[in-house]
Amino acid sequence: MAAGLRPGRALLSRRRGALCALLRAARGLAARPETHFGFQNVTEAERREKIYQVFENVAEKYDVMNDSMSLGIHRVWKDILVHKMNPSPGTLLVDVAGGTGDIAFRFLNYVRSVRERQLQQKLRNHQNLSWQEISKSYQEEKSNPLGDSQVVVCDINKEMLKAGMQKAQHLGYSEGLSWVLGNAEELPFDDDKFDVYTIAFGIRNVTRIDLALQEAYRVLKPGGRFLCLEFSHVSNPLLSRLYDLYSFQVIPVLGEVIAGDWKSYQYLVESIRRFPPQEELKAMIEDAGFLKVDYQNLNSGIVAIHSGFKL
Amino acid sequence: MYGGGGPGVPLTAQQPRLHRIPHAVPRHSRRFVHREQPCRNRRHPAPPRPAASGAAPCCGGQRCGLRCCGRCAALRVREPRASRGAARPEGDVSLRRPVGRVPLYPGHIPTSPLQKALLAAGSACAALWDPYRHDMVAVLGETTGCLALPTLRDRMRNDPEGYRIFQERPRIRLSTLDMAWLRGLPDGALGREYIRFLEDNKVSPDTRMPAKFVDDEELAYVIQRYREVHDLMHTLLGMPTNMLGEVVVKWFEAIQTGLPMCVLGAAFGPVRLNARKLQVLATELLPWAVRSGRNASCVLNVYYEQRWEQSVESLREEIGIFPPPAVRV
Repeated sequence: MAAGLRPGRALLSRRRGALCALLRAARGLAARPETHFGFQNVTEAERREKIYQVFENVAEKYDVMNDSMSLGIHRVWKDILVHKMNPSPGTLLVDVAGGTGDIAFRFLNYVRSVRERQLQQKLRNHQNLSWQEISKSYQEEKSNPLGDSQVVVCDINKEMLKAGMQKAQHLGYSEGLSWVLGNAEELPFDDDKFDVYTIAFGIRNVTRIDLALQEAYRVLKPGGRFLCLEFSHVSNPLLSRLYDLYSFQVIPVLGEVIAGDWKSYQYLVESIRRFPPQEELKAMIEDAGFLKVDYQNLNSGIVAIHSGFKL
Repeated sequence: MYGGGGPGVPLTAQQPRLHRIPHAVPRHSRRFVHREQPCRNRRHPAPPRPAASGAAPCCGGQRCGLRCCGRCAALRVREPRASRGAARPEGDVSLRRPVGRVPLYPGHIPTSPLQKALLAAGSACAALWDPYRHDMVAVLGETTGCLALPTLRDRMRNDPEGYRIFQERPRIRLSTLDMAWLRGLPDGALGREYIRFLEDNKVSPDTRMPAKFVDDEELAYVIQRYREVHDLMHTLLGMPTNMLGEVVVKWFEAIQTGLPMCVLGAAFGPVRLNARKLQVLATELLPWAVRSGRNASCVLNVYYEQRWEQSVESLREEIGIFPPPAVRV
């Protein structure tokens, strides 16, 4: 009987030991959640702080650096994103991590041209208009060139927003544009507000991607679209090696020479490598509740556009 | 010299020479490792415990074949140059120099040769485009100085005052300078003239960039010292920080240090000067700078922090710099 009890007691003590280990691990996890900053391991609070500092440092030379690192191709990527979005006049867009406003400006241009074409089409279709009706349509064009479309640029970093506002003033964008300081993991907007949510090259810097996706789901109207433009995984092995060589050897050097900041651009290329690949991000978007999630690879995987709908 | 073989070779069959000739590595040599340090080579068996009283003393590996009796610590040395080309046993981590990109000093960014080449080219273009980008001039100096910096370091080490500077590693920064006392020195003293130079030209010693791309801690200090002494060069040569003054100081430094960055700056700097300044440069300032540069002893070997009270003229005479020409720069 004693022999029968002993293995039972041993089993119980082993189970208790395992439970203690599990509790210890859980306590440790809750106290210091580990995440990554490039190739380093840091806590979540440290990561937020470091990323804030990175973008504070690069804000002024952000556009120049984008052009020099991607040899201007980033403009094509952003154009493709807005064309994929295909907004009609009257769309409400929120551009999260929109910083210097590249997507917002392209959206406004697109909507303006669509509106002009709409009005021209209207004039052409109605052949026998009176003079008053024609002049009214011209006035409409002048008074409402955007057709009530609006874009809200939201960013966590004040310097990036400042750079964006200066750029808007410089380029002459004033209508239909608002600038909001906010965190992608906790957006300062009501539920069911926007038609389209975009995040271009920003979701990589968010500490909790799942929270950002949940917030995206929350602020979108039913029928709204989620679009994410981000650096992704290159599957072609030869291109991948060339891309790695270029990323790790050339980009930090460009950062040092043009912006005087090696470490921020080292962080940039490391964070691209730590970001989940296309399929994993697609699964995360589906987990947040989006339907008909799909992705499109640009430049064979250097950049990918993920799209989902709140239905 | 290290007669290690692969696993399976009986240790008694090998003849590690250090065991035979214990004084092969003299004590004062940098390669000598004190015996008390434990052997960290994982391929060697653990050292036998010290015998109880009465037991025979350790044979040092000569009879029992166990090399880790404490004498093995002497094996943890760098291989002499002759045998460095010979094949080394695979598992010997202790004999290899640390490879990989580890920062060697605070602020060090390890770079590959390709990155250094790109940095050198990029910083040269950026410095030519905008001469006020001091950080680009600094990066150019660091990436191209791989030949000149060791020569400078050896010159510092071979001179008694330079050796002292190298040991004590002083830094010229606002936090280490006593500005009030320096300002109180009589006119003509080095400290007073230095403060006057800083105030007139509105520069500060704290704006010097620390060394980032030099892959050796000593050479990083040498180039850091060179940068901090640059302002004192301006004071000793009596040149302001406008383009002409900078070109003259660069010529002097190019001859003194031989750094490619100084040579490039001296060669390309005059491109941005107008005809009148070029004439002044060519006729009066350059011959004087070149003569002074060749005549003077190494300016990095002067412990400036201990000579604040010395007058500028006497320091110039001591170093060997001729009095500057009476030209308005």
